[in-house]
Amino acid sequence: MQTELKVPTMAELSAAGQKPEVLFWVGCAGSFDDRAKKITKAFVKILNKAKVSFAVLGTEESCTGDPAKRAGNEFLFQMQAVTNIEVMNAYEIKKVVTACPHCFNTLKNEYPELGGNYEVVHHTQFLKQLLDEGKITMEGGQFKGKRITFHDPCYLGRANNVYEAPRELIRKLDAELVEMKNCKKKGLCCGAGGAQMFKEPENGNKDINIERTEQAIETKPDIIAAGCPFCNTMMTDGVKNKEKEGSVAVLDIAEMIASAEDL
Amino acid sequence: MTYLPNIIFAVLLLCGIGFFIKNISRLRRNINLGKDVDVTDNKAIRFKNMARIALGQSKMVVRPIAGFLHVIVYVGFIIINIEVLEIIIDGLLGTHRIFASLGGFYDVLIGSFEILAFLVIVAVVVFWIRRNIIRLKRFMKPEMTGWPKTDGNLILYIELVLMFLFLTMNAADYQLQSMGAEHYTQAGSFPISQYLATLFEGMSESSLVLVERTAWWLHIVGILCFLNYLYYSKHLHILLAFPNTYYGNLEAKGKFKNNKAVTQEVKLMMDPSADPYAAPAEGAAVPEKFGASDVTDLSWVQLLNAYTCTECGRCTSECPANQTGKLLSPRKIMMDTRDRLEEVGKNIDKNKGQFVADGKQLLGDYITNEELWACTSCNACVEACPVSIDPLSIIMDMRQYLVMEQSSAPSDLNNMMGNIENNGAPWPFNQMDRLNWKQEL
Ligand code: SF4
Ligand code: SF4
Repeated sequence: MQTELKVPTMAELSAAGQKPEVLFWVGCAGSFDDRAKKITKAFVKILNKAKVSFAVLGTEESCTGDPAKRAGNEFLFQMQAVTNIEVMNAYEIKKVVTACPHCFNTLKNEYPELGGNYEVVHHTQFLKQLLDEGKITMEGGQFKGKRITFHDPCYLGRANNVYEAPRELIRKLDAELVEMKNCKKKGLCCGAGGAQMFKEPENGNKDINIERTEQAIETKPDIIAAGCPFCNTMMTDGVKNKEKEGSVAVLDIAEMIASAEDL
Repeated sequence: MTYLPNIIFAVLLLCGIGFFIKNISRLRRNINLGKDVDVTDNKAIRFKNMARIALGQSKMVVRPIAGFLHVIVYVGFIIINIEVLEIIIDGLLGTHRIFASLGGFYDVLIGSFEILAFLVIVAVVVFWIRRNIIRLKRFMKPEMTGWPKTDGNLILYIELVLMFLFLTMNAADYQLQSMGAEHYTQAGSFPISQYLATLFEGMSESSLVLVERTAWWLHIVGILCFLNYLYYSKHLHILLAFPNTYYGNLEAKGKFKNNKAVTQEVKLMMDPSADPYAAPAEGAAVPEKFGASDVTDLSWVQLLNAYTCTECGRCTSECPANQTGKLLSPRKIMMDTRDRLEEVGKNIDKNKGQFVADGKQLLGDYITNEELWACTSCNACVEACPVSIDPLSIIMDMRQYLVMEQSSAPSDLNNMMGNIENNGAPWPFNQMDRLNWKQEL
């Protein structure tokens, strides 16, 4: 079932005098990274299927500034923030959903002081709500009995105390949720945060994503579930490094739901 | 009748407390070298956090073995200190066991002190074994050599000695009571020291009195010394854990503070009508620098954090960078901050209350760039800390200095930031292509 994606932009809607209920903040990874674009599309398919009234900023979206801030460039961060806030406030945005925990955290916690006040949710929270409201069903059965372990993104879990929404979605897939030895509050970072994604790691005896992938593989999973495009890349690389890509898949929760729905 | 012992006691007590007050005021002075932050909000929540985390030890028991043992030592020390009150009154008035008139309740008190003292001894021995025989990894990191290692053991030895003195004093007392010695009224129950007392059987009354008095004096002198040892030790946490958990961060851990001075500048740049030559608004003085390169650039809460650190290493053992062999250790960040702050404090003491530049700073002389750049900002250290310390905030403030004052980010990060500046994404993609994914099916 391959229908065309309906991805309205804020500019189009506003020209037609319409306002969507929620802005889908795609983020840089979701817009440009080949792996993450698949997550973006999977999420849009679900939004289309559930007939959610949404829009994206498209070419009016710009980096939230998260990696700049975490790298120490507060000036660049605030320039990005103020620019984005100007755009969003002009469209009178009330609610934002994003599939990137870094965008989620920055929009939710660091934008309000700079004049950007929105209700911000992570896509796993949003999907959980769609499920509760009966707008999506997850009966595909293709995940039934599969062992799935969830890797907590630092900026979703510890940073914002969201642990349950992604887990409930996995359980709803009829899958067997298995936890790693470090999970939830004690979840181990994938190694990408704090702008590490964009630089070589410092000298050490191991890469962080390898350490984390080993923890994941210890649970003998069929799937490592992720909720962050950067974690996804890190874990995918880790699985490749361990030569397990034949038996262990790294998937975003949105991708799992989209394929359970046969989208 | 001679008042000599009373006078000696009063002098010792005054000295002990006097020095302690001096230490505390030095501590306050040093902490106040930090930048001011407003933490006067949400008093009720703050009190609750203090009650839960410091008093209730809620985060200690996340690691059950260490947590359980720590609770014993902690409860032991608090409760046994009621006994110190009696010792002080006795010492000043020349009485003996002044609370004995409480009768049965006194028996219960002394009895439970003894049991606690015994449990403290057991816990302290286990702690010592963990540090020195099992050599738990988190106590063996590079920053735990020299004084920090000695300090960790010294505390255990002091506690051990104090508990033994307490029990020896009681054992001799018990023996004297049963001999019907003058001055030693029948009082208290001695569930533990009665076994020690068997060692004293057959000793003369005068030697027993000597034992009892010696243990009594050494015990109280030991406590006064310990009180003044705190300032030089990680043991300071027994006091500072309370204010530190009170002032702990109440916001989501992912929320990093926005630099207000930068906001001013950004607003000016974004607002075409703003007059760039206008006098800065009242109270909005331009900061002399962005971020932190020395302890005085940090906030006083961050400095309080440094003095509170117990050097337990829970942060470091959860740190992904440290686990994978990187130089970064969040515990070391806190220890370095305290060491540098002490150095600055001593400098001020030496130079009549004025800091004289010593050509050193926290950045470079204590904490290296390599450590700072290894952090993933994952908050594992913050989550792990049993006393609400935030090493991450110091790392981020220092990165801000590195980038905004020194432009010394790793070149990959400079590329990333250049990309954001030019195309609004950390990679070299054009902002106009942001929606292209829609077409790529
Ligand atoms: S936030 Fe930084 S210092 Fe703290 S645990 Fe994570 S990587 Fe280590
Ligand atoms: S910062 Fe906290 S967790 Fe780390 S060593 Fe100090 S007290 Fe322990």
